[in-house]
Amino acid sequence: MSSNHPTTLLAEITHRCPLHCPYCSNPLEMIRANRELTTEDWKRAFTQARELGVLQLGLSGGEPLVRPDVEDLAKHAHTLGLYTTLVTSGVGLTRHRAEKLREAGLEHIQISIQDSDHAVADRIAGMSAVPQKIAAAALVRELGFAFSINVVLHRANIDRVDAIIKLAASLGADRLELANTQYYGWALENRNALMPTPAQVAAASDVADEAIRQYRGRMQILYVLPDYHEAYPKPCYGGWGRHYLVVMPDGRTLPCHGATQITTLRFDSVRDQPLRWIWEESPAFQAFRGDAWMQEPCRTCSRKEIDFGGCRCQAFALTGDATNPDPVCTLTPLRTIIDKAVREATGPPAYQYRYLSLETERT
Amino acid sequence: MTLTATSIPVVWRLARLDFDPVRQQRVLLYPEGVVLLNDTGGAILELCDGHRSVADVAAILQERYHRDVTADVIDYLSQLLERDLVRVE
Repeated sequence: MSSNHPTTLLAEITHRCPLHCPYCSNPLEMIRANRELTTEDWKRAFTQARELGVLQLGLSGGEPLVRPDVEDLAKHAHTLGLYTTLVTSGVGLTRHRAEKLREAGLEHIQISIQDSDHAVADRIAGMSAVPQKIAAAALVRELGFAFSINVVLHRANIDRVDAIIKLAASLGADRLELANTQYYGWALENRNALMPTPAQVAAASDVADEAIRQYRGRMQILYVLPDYHEAYPKPCYGGWGRHYLVVMPDGRTLPCHGATQITTLRFDSVRDQPLRWIWEESPAFQAFRGDAWMQEPCRTCSRKEIDFGGCRCQAFALTGDATNPDPVCTLTPLRTIIDKAVREATGPPAYQYRYLSLETERT
Repeated sequence: MTLTATSIPVVWRLARLDFDPVRQQRVLLYPEGVVLLNDTGGAILELCDGHRSVADVAAILQERYHRDVTADVIDYLSQLLERDLVRVE
Protein backbone atom coordinates (compact mmCIF):
# COMPACT_ATOMS: atom_id res chain seq x y z
CA MET A 1 0.00 0.00 0.00
CA SER A 2 1.60 3.23 -1.14
CA SER A 3 1.84 6.30 1.05
CA ASN A 4 1.42 9.98 0.23
CA HIS A 5 3.16 12.99 1.73
CA PRO A 6 2.22 13.66 5.35
CA THR A 7 1.23 17.26 6.10
CA THR A 8 1.35 17.42 9.88
CA LEU A 9 3.68 16.35 12.65
CA LEU A 10 2.72 16.56 16.30
CA ALA A 11 5.87 16.54 18.42
CA GLU A 12 5.03 15.55 21.98
CA ILE A 13 8.38 16.76 23.25
CA THR A 14 7.65 15.83 26.87
CA HIS A 15 4.93 14.22 28.92
CA ARG A 16 5.82 16.38 31.93
CA CYS A 17 3.11 18.90 32.77
CA PRO A 18 2.16 20.99 35.79
CA LEU A 19 -1.52 20.31 35.06
CA HIS A 20 -3.29 17.02 35.76
CA CYS A 21 -6.39 17.17 33.52
CA PRO A 22 -8.35 13.91 33.70
CA TYR A 23 -9.04 13.95 29.93
CA CYS A 24 -5.40 14.29 28.91
CA SER A 25 -4.63 12.81 25.50
CA ASN A 26 -1.28 11.48 26.70
CA PRO A 27 -1.17 7.71 27.18
CA LEU A 28 -1.77 6.20 30.62
CA GLU A 29 1.81 4.99 30.61
CA MET A 30 3.70 8.25 30.33
CA ILE A 31 7.34 8.63 29.43
CA ARG A 32 9.69 9.98 32.06
CA ALA A 33 12.16 12.80 31.52
CA ASN A 34 15.19 10.52 31.27
CA ARG A 35 13.68 8.80 28.23
CA GLU A 36 13.02 12.04 26.31
CA LEU A 37 14.74 12.74 22.99
CA THR A 38 17.57 15.27 23.02
CA THR A 39 17.43 18.64 21.25
CA GLU A 40 19.53 17.24 18.40
CA ASP A 41 17.24 14.20 18.05
CA TRP A 42 14.22 16.49 17.68
CA LYS A 43 15.95 18.74 15.17
CA ARG A 44 16.90 15.73 13.06
CA ALA A 45 13.30 14.47 13.21
CA PHE A 46 11.95 17.88 12.10
CA THR A 47 14.42 18.03 9.19
CA GLN A 48 13.40 14.54 8.10
CA ALA A 49 9.73 15.48 8.47
CA ARG A 50 10.14 18.48 6.19
CA GLU A 51 11.94 16.30 3.62
CA LEU A 52 8.98 13.94 3.78
CA GLY A 53 6.55 16.77 3.03
CA VAL A 54 5.38 17.86 6.49
CA LEU A 55 4.26 21.52 6.50
CA GLN A 56 2.61 21.89 9.90
CA LEU A 57 4.40 21.25 13.18
CA GLY A 58 2.83 21.14 16.63
CA LEU A 59 5.20 21.54 19.57
CA SER A 60 3.15 19.84 22.23
CA GLY A 61 3.34 17.73 25.34
CA GLY A 62 2.64 17.48 28.21
CA GLU A 63 3.63 21.07 28.66
CA PRO A 64 6.29 21.81 26.03
CA LEU A 65 7.60 24.82 27.99
CA VAL A 66 8.88 22.42 30.66
CA ARG A 67 11.76 21.85 28.26
CA PRO A 68 14.26 24.73 28.03
CA ASP A 69 14.98 24.05 24.35
CA VAL A 70 11.54 24.94 22.90
CA GLU A 71 12.89 28.22 21.52
CA ASP A 72 15.77 26.38 19.85
CA LEU A 73 13.38 23.82 18.35
CA ALA A 74 11.00 26.53 17.13
CA LYS A 75 13.91 28.32 15.44
CA HIS A 76 15.01 25.17 13.68
CA ALA A 77 11.46 24.49 12.52
CA HIS A 78 11.14 28.02 11.19
CA THR A 79 14.41 27.68 9.27
CA LEU A 80 12.94 24.58 7.62
CA GLY A 81 9.85 26.56 6.57
CA LEU A 82 7.44 24.70 8.84
CA TYR A 83 4.34 26.49 10.14
CA THR A 84 4.73 25.90 13.86
CA THR A 85 2.20 25.92 16.67
CA LEU A 86 3.10 25.86 20.35
CA VAL A 87 0.42 23.87 22.17
CA THR A 88 0.65 25.04 25.76
CA SER A 89 -1.25 25.36 29.00
CA GLY A 90 0.16 28.89 29.18
CA VAL A 91 1.95 27.98 32.42
CA GLY A 92 5.61 28.93 32.03
CA LEU A 93 5.10 31.38 29.16
CA THR A 94 7.05 34.27 30.64
CA ARG A 95 7.64 37.50 28.71
CA HIS A 96 11.26 36.51 28.16
CA ARG A 97 10.35 33.15 26.67
CA ALA A 98 7.48 34.55 24.58
CA GLU A 99 9.82 37.17 23.08
CA LYS A 100 12.44 34.52 22.34
CA LEU A 101 9.80 32.39 20.63
CA ARG A 102 8.71 35.34 18.51
CA GLU A 103 12.32 35.99 17.49
CA ALA A 104 12.67 32.29 16.68
CA GLY A 105 9.88 32.62 14.12
CA LEU A 106 7.12 30.76 15.95
CA GLU A 107 3.84 31.73 14.29
CA HIS A 108 0.98 30.32 16.32
CA ILE A 109 0.29 29.68 20.00
CA GLN A 110 -2.59 27.62 21.32
CA ILE A 111 -3.47 28.00 24.98
CA SER A 112 -5.78 25.60 26.78
CA ILE A 113 -8.56 26.98 28.95
CA GLN A 114 -10.36 24.56 31.27
CA ASP A 115 -13.49 26.59 32.05
CA SER A 116 -14.87 30.11 32.43
CA ASP A 117 -15.64 29.22 36.06
CA HIS A 118 -12.30 29.50 37.89
CA ALA A 119 -13.17 27.03 40.65
CA VAL A 120 -14.14 24.33 38.17
CA ALA A 121 -11.10 25.17 36.02
CA ASP A 122 -8.84 24.64 39.05
CA ARG A 123 -10.56 21.37 39.90
CA ILE A 124 -10.08 20.03 36.36
CA ALA A 125 -6.45 21.16 36.09
CA GLY A 126 -5.62 19.90 39.57
CA MET A 127 -3.97 23.26 40.25
CA SER A 128 -4.69 26.97 40.05
CA ALA A 129 -3.48 28.08 36.63
CA VAL A 130 -6.08 30.68 35.58
CA PRO A 131 -4.07 33.86 36.34
CA GLN A 132 -1.02 32.49 34.49
CA LYS A 133 -3.19 31.58 31.49
CA ILE A 134 -4.73 35.04 31.34
CA ALA A 135 -1.31 36.68 31.53
CA ALA A 136 -0.02 34.32 28.82
CA ALA A 137 -2.97 35.18 26.56
CA ALA A 138 -2.21 38.90 26.91
CA LEU A 139 1.44 38.29 25.95
CA VAL A 140 0.48 36.22 22.92
CA ARG A 141 -1.76 39.07 21.74
CA GLU A 142 0.78 41.76 22.46
CA LEU A 143 3.58 40.02 20.57
CA GLY A 144 1.39 39.37 17.55
CA PHE A 145 1.26 35.59 17.40
CA ALA A 146 -1.70 33.89 15.77
CA PHE A 147 -3.67 32.95 18.87
CA SER A 148 -5.93 29.99 19.46
CA ILE A 149 -7.72 28.89 22.58
CA ASN A 150 -8.62 25.24 23.03
CA VAL A 151 -11.30 24.12 25.46
CA VAL A 152 -12.12 20.47 26.10
CA LEU A 153 -15.84 20.14 26.79
CA HIS A 154 -17.27 17.61 29.25
CA ARG A 155 -20.17 17.28 31.66
CA ALA A 156 -18.87 19.80 34.22
CA ASN A 157 -18.28 22.71 31.77
CA ILE A 158 -20.40 22.12 28.66
CA ASP A 159 -23.39 24.05 30.07
CA ARG A 160 -21.17 27.16 30.19
CA VAL A 161 -20.16 27.03 26.53
CA ASP A 162 -21.68 30.48 26.01
CA ALA A 163 -19.60 32.03 28.83
CA ILE A 164 -16.53 30.16 27.57
CA ILE A 165 -16.97 31.65 24.08
CA LYS A 166 -17.29 35.15 25.58
CA LEU A 167 -14.16 34.59 27.67
CA ALA A 168 -12.18 33.51 24.60
CA ALA A 169 -13.37 36.59 22.70
CA SER A 170 -12.43 38.86 25.61
CA LEU A 171 -8.93 37.34 25.66
CA GLY A 172 -8.58 38.26 21.98
CA ALA A 173 -8.38 34.78 20.46
CA ASP A 174 -8.25 34.53 16.68
CA ARG A 175 -9.53 30.98 16.89
CA LEU A 176 -11.46 28.99 19.46
CA GLU A 177 -11.56 25.23 19.39
CA LEU A 178 -14.41 23.78 21.39
CA ALA A 179 -13.51 20.11 21.47
CA ASN A 180 -15.83 17.63 23.06
CA THR A 181 -13.90 15.01 25.01
CA GLN A 182 -12.78 12.02 22.98
CA TYR A 183 -12.65 8.91 25.13
CA TYR A 184 -9.15 7.51 24.84
CA GLY A 185 -6.48 7.01 27.45
CA TRP A 186 -7.14 9.17 30.50
CA ALA A 187 -10.55 10.26 29.29
CA LEU A 188 -11.64 6.64 28.83
CA GLU A 189 -10.55 5.98 32.43
CA ASN A 190 -12.71 8.94 33.48
CA ARG A 191 -15.55 8.43 31.03
CA ASN A 192 -18.31 8.05 33.60
CA ALA A 193 -17.31 11.29 35.27
CA LEU A 194 -16.79 13.28 32.05
CA MET A 195 -19.54 12.33 29.62
CA PRO A 196 -22.32 14.88 29.19
CA THR A 197 -25.93 13.89 28.63
CA PRO A 198 -27.38 13.93 25.10
CA ALA A 199 -29.49 16.96 26.16
CA GLN A 200 -26.37 18.86 27.26
CA VAL A 201 -24.65 18.06 23.96
CA ALA A 202 -27.65 19.22 21.91
CA ALA A 203 -27.94 22.50 23.83
CA ALA A 204 -24.21 23.24 23.50
CA SER A 205 -24.27 22.47 19.76
CA ASP A 206 -27.03 25.06 19.28
CA VAL A 207 -25.07 27.69 21.20
CA ALA A 208 -21.91 26.93 19.24
CA ASP A 209 -23.71 27.06 15.87
CA GLU A 210 -25.11 30.49 16.66
CA ALA A 211 -21.74 31.76 17.93
CA ILE A 212 -19.95 30.53 14.80
CA ARG A 213 -22.19 32.85 12.76
CA GLN A 214 -22.08 35.71 15.26
CA TYR A 215 -18.27 35.82 15.59
CA ARG A 216 -17.44 35.15 11.93
CA GLY A 217 -14.68 37.47 10.73
CA ARG A 218 -13.55 38.25 14.30
CA MET A 219 -12.97 34.88 15.94
CA GLN A 220 -13.10 31.58 14.12
CA ILE A 221 -14.92 28.98 16.19
CA LEU A 222 -14.51 25.28 15.60
CA TYR A 223 -16.92 22.98 17.35
CA VAL A 224 -15.73 19.37 17.44
CA LEU A 225 -18.71 17.06 17.91
CA PRO A 226 -18.58 14.29 20.50
CA ASP A 227 -18.42 11.09 18.47
CA TYR A 228 -20.35 9.04 21.06
CA HIS A 229 -23.34 11.24 20.26
CA GLU A 230 -22.96 10.95 16.48
CA ALA A 231 -24.31 8.33 14.06
CA TYR A 232 -21.05 7.79 12.15
CA PRO A 233 -17.43 7.71 13.29
CA LYS A 234 -14.95 10.46 12.61
CA PRO A 235 -12.33 10.05 9.87
CA CYS A 236 -9.45 9.91 12.30
CA TYR A 237 -6.86 12.37 10.93
CA GLY A 238 -8.10 11.64 7.41
CA GLY A 239 -7.23 7.96 7.67
CA TRP A 240 -4.46 5.91 9.27
CA GLY A 241 -1.01 6.93 8.01
CA ARG A 242 -2.34 9.29 5.34
CA HIS A 243 -1.56 12.83 6.57
CA TYR A 244 -0.48 12.81 10.20
CA LEU A 245 2.34 11.65 12.45
CA VAL A 246 2.92 11.91 16.18
CA VAL A 247 6.37 11.57 17.71
CA MET A 248 6.27 10.73 21.41
CA PRO A 249 8.81 12.07 23.93
CA ASP A 250 10.94 8.91 23.55
CA GLY A 251 10.90 9.05 19.74
CA ARG A 252 8.33 6.34 19.05
CA THR A 253 6.27 7.49 16.11
CA LEU A 254 2.53 6.93 15.81
CA PRO A 255 -0.17 7.53 13.18
CA CYS A 256 -2.29 9.20 15.90
CA HIS A 257 -1.64 10.25 19.48
CA GLY A 258 -3.75 7.46 20.97
CA ALA A 259 -2.20 4.61 19.02
CA THR A 260 -0.12 3.16 21.86
CA GLN A 261 -3.29 1.75 23.32
CA ILE A 262 -3.33 -0.71 20.39
CA THR A 263 -1.06 -3.08 22.28
CA THR A 264 -0.76 -5.48 19.34
CA LEU A 265 1.33 -2.95 17.39
CA ARG A 266 4.98 -2.07 17.87
CA PHE A 267 5.97 1.49 17.05
CA ASP A 268 9.40 2.35 15.70
CA SER A 269 11.45 5.26 17.02
CA VAL A 270 13.19 8.13 15.25
CA ARG A 271 16.14 7.20 17.47
CA ASP A 272 16.61 4.00 15.48
CA GLN A 273 15.04 4.59 12.07
CA PRO A 274 14.73 7.38 9.51
CA LEU A 275 11.31 9.00 9.62
CA ARG A 276 10.83 8.20 5.93
CA TRP A 277 11.16 4.47 6.60
CA ILE A 278 8.74 4.73 9.54
CA TRP A 279 6.19 6.55 7.38
CA GLU A 280 6.55 4.52 4.21
CA GLU A 281 7.44 1.06 5.37
CA SER A 282 7.10 0.41 9.10
CA PRO A 283 4.55 -2.31 9.92
CA ALA A 284 2.59 -0.04 12.29
CA PHE A 285 1.99 2.63 9.63
CA GLN A 286 1.11 -0.02 7.02
CA ALA A 287 -1.29 -1.83 9.36
CA PHE A 288 -4.49 0.06 8.50
CA ARG A 289 -3.74 1.79 5.22
CA GLY A 290 -6.16 1.03 2.38
CA ASP A 291 -9.11 -1.29 3.03
CA ALA A 292 -7.71 -4.83 2.90
CA TRP A 293 -7.69 -4.98 6.73
CA MET A 294 -11.35 -4.00 7.04
CA GLN A 295 -14.12 -6.25 8.25
CA GLU A 296 -17.77 -5.99 7.28
CA PRO A 297 -19.74 -3.80 7.13
CA CYS A 298 -16.81 -1.41 6.47
CA ARG A 299 -15.23 -3.29 3.58
CA THR A 300 -18.27 -2.94 1.30
CA CYS A 301 -19.57 0.31 2.82
CA SER A 302 -20.01 3.39 0.65
CA ARG A 303 -18.71 5.50 3.56
CA LYS A 304 -15.32 3.81 3.73
CA GLU A 305 -13.69 6.60 1.72
CA ILE A 306 -15.30 9.16 4.07
CA ASP A 307 -14.44 7.81 7.51
CA PHE A 308 -12.03 4.92 6.73
CA GLY A 309 -13.86 2.70 9.23
CA GLY A 310 -13.43 5.29 11.99
CA CYS A 311 -10.87 5.26 14.76
CA ARG A 312 -8.63 2.18 15.09
CA CYS A 313 -7.68 3.08 18.65
CA GLN A 314 -11.32 3.28 19.69
CA ALA A 315 -12.12 -0.03 17.95
CA PHE A 316 -9.29 -1.71 19.86
CA ALA A 317 -10.01 -0.05 23.21
CA LEU A 318 -13.70 -0.98 23.15
CA THR A 319 -13.68 -4.35 21.33
CA GLY A 320 -10.14 -5.73 21.70
CA ASP A 321 -9.72 -5.96 17.90
CA ALA A 322 -8.37 -2.96 15.99
CA THR A 323 -9.75 -4.30 12.67
CA ASN A 324 -13.33 -4.05 13.90
CA PRO A 325 -15.51 -1.13 12.79
CA ASP A 326 -15.37 1.85 15.13
CA PRO A 327 -18.26 1.03 17.53
CA VAL A 328 -19.53 4.61 17.13
CA CYS A 329 -20.93 3.61 13.71
CA THR A 330 -24.66 2.88 13.83
CA LEU A 331 -24.23 0.50 10.86
CA THR A 332 -22.47 -2.04 13.10
CA PRO A 333 -24.04 -4.10 15.92
CA LEU A 334 -21.00 -3.02 18.02
CA ARG A 335 -22.83 0.31 18.48
CA THR A 336 -24.57 -1.20 21.52
CA ILE A 337 -21.25 -0.68 23.38
CA ILE A 338 -21.48 3.09 22.82
CA ASP A 339 -25.19 3.35 23.58
CA LYS A 340 -24.65 1.48 26.84
CA ALA A 341 -21.77 3.78 27.81
CA VAL A 342 -23.87 6.90 27.13
CA ARG A 343 -26.79 5.49 29.14
CA GLU A 344 -24.65 4.47 32.08
CA ALA A 345 -22.40 7.53 32.27
CA THR A 346 -23.90 9.01 35.38
CA GLY A 347 -20.99 8.60 37.76
CA PRO A 348 -20.00 11.32 40.22
CA PRO A 349 -17.27 13.69 38.98
CA ALA A 350 -14.53 11.97 40.98
CA TYR A 351 -11.64 12.27 38.56
CA GLN A 352 -8.63 10.07 38.31
CA TYR A 353 -5.98 12.70 37.64
CA ARG A 354 -3.11 12.28 35.28
CA TYR A 355 0.10 12.46 37.23
CA LEU A 356 3.72 12.50 36.19
CA SER A 357 6.46 13.82 38.38
CA LEU A 358 8.07 17.00 37.04
CA GLU A 359 11.60 16.47 38.23
CA THR A 360 14.23 15.56 35.69
CA GLU A 361 15.68 12.17 36.44
CA ARG A 362 18.88 10.90 35.00
CA THR A 363 19.91 7.26 35.10
CA MET B 1 -20.30 38.42 1.45
CA THR B 2 -19.88 38.26 -2.31
CA LEU B 3 -16.95 39.12 -4.48
CA THR B 4 -17.10 41.52 -7.43
CA ALA B 5 -14.56 42.88 -9.89
CA THR B 6 -13.95 45.90 -7.66
CA SER B 7 -13.38 43.91 -4.43
CA ILE B 8 -9.88 44.01 -3.00
CA PRO B 9 -9.08 40.51 -1.81
CA VAL B 10 -6.32 39.76 0.67
CA VAL B 11 -5.07 36.50 2.14
CA TRP B 12 -6.14 36.01 5.78
CA ARG B 13 -3.79 37.83 8.15
CA LEU B 14 -2.87 34.53 9.82
CA ALA B 15 -2.21 32.63 6.59
CA ARG B 16 1.11 32.45 4.79
CA LEU B 17 1.69 31.70 1.12
CA ASP B 18 4.78 29.58 0.54
CA PHE B 19 6.39 27.26 -1.98
CA ASP B 20 6.94 23.63 -0.98
CA PRO B 21 10.06 22.25 -2.68
CA VAL B 22 9.03 18.69 -1.73
CA ARG B 23 5.72 18.78 -3.60
CA GLN B 24 6.99 21.42 -6.09
CA GLN B 25 3.80 23.28 -5.38
CA ARG B 26 2.61 26.52 -3.77
CA VAL B 27 0.91 26.07 -0.41
CA LEU B 28 -1.20 28.20 1.91
CA LEU B 29 -0.32 27.62 5.56
CA TYR B 30 -2.41 28.80 8.49
CA PRO B 31 -3.23 27.71 12.05
CA GLU B 32 -3.94 23.97 11.94
CA GLY B 33 -4.39 23.97 8.18
CA VAL B 34 -2.76 23.55 4.78
CA VAL B 35 -4.14 24.17 1.30
CA LEU B 36 -2.10 22.67 -1.55
CA LEU B 37 -2.56 25.16 -4.39
CA ASN B 38 -2.61 24.35 -8.07
CA ASP B 39 -0.63 26.59 -10.44
CA THR B 40 -3.59 28.84 -11.21
CA GLY B 41 -4.63 29.17 -7.57
CA GLY B 42 -1.10 30.02 -6.55
CA ALA B 43 -0.80 32.60 -9.32
CA ILE B 44 -4.05 34.25 -8.23
CA LEU B 45 -3.17 34.39 -4.54
CA GLU B 46 0.30 35.74 -5.18
CA LEU B 47 -1.29 38.78 -6.80
CA CYS B 48 -3.74 39.40 -3.93
CA ASP B 49 -1.60 41.93 -2.08
CA GLY B 50 -4.33 44.00 -0.45
CA HIS B 51 -3.96 46.74 -3.09
CA ARG B 52 -5.04 45.07 -6.32
CA SER B 53 -8.73 44.58 -7.06
CA VAL B 54 -10.13 41.39 -8.55
CA ALA B 55 -10.17 43.21 -11.90
CA ASP B 56 -6.48 44.14 -11.52
CA VAL B 57 -5.57 40.54 -10.74
CA ALA B 58 -7.60 39.26 -13.68
CA ALA B 59 -5.99 41.80 -16.03
CA ILE B 60 -2.48 40.66 -15.10
CA LEU B 61 -3.41 37.00 -15.56
CA GLN B 62 -5.13 37.77 -18.84
CA GLU B 63 -1.83 38.97 -20.24
CA ARG B 64 -0.21 35.76 -19.07
CA TYR B 65 -2.87 33.34 -20.29
CA HIS B 66 -4.21 35.31 -23.28
CA ARG B 67 -7.88 34.98 -22.30
CA ASP B 68 -10.40 36.63 -20.00
CA VAL B 69 -10.06 34.90 -16.62
CA THR B 70 -12.24 37.25 -14.54
CA ALA B 71 -14.92 34.63 -13.92
CA ASP B 72 -12.32 32.04 -12.90
CA VAL B 73 -10.64 34.47 -10.51
CA ILE B 74 -13.96 35.38 -8.89
CA ASP B 75 -14.96 31.73 -8.66
CA TYR B 76 -11.66 30.68 -7.10
CA LEU B 77 -11.43 33.53 -4.59
CA SER B 78 -15.09 33.07 -3.63
CA GLN B 79 -14.33 29.52 -2.55
CA LEU B 80 -11.49 30.72 -0.31
CA LEU B 81 -13.66 33.59 0.94
CA GLU B 82 -16.27 31.04 1.99
CA ARG B 83 -13.56 29.29 4.05
CA ASP B 84 -12.42 32.64 5.52
CA LEU B 85 -8.93 32.12 4.05
CA VAL B 86 -9.37 35.22 1.90
CA ARG B 87 -10.95 38.45 3.15
CA VAL B 88 -12.11 41.49 1.22
CA GLU B 89 -11.47 45.11 2.04
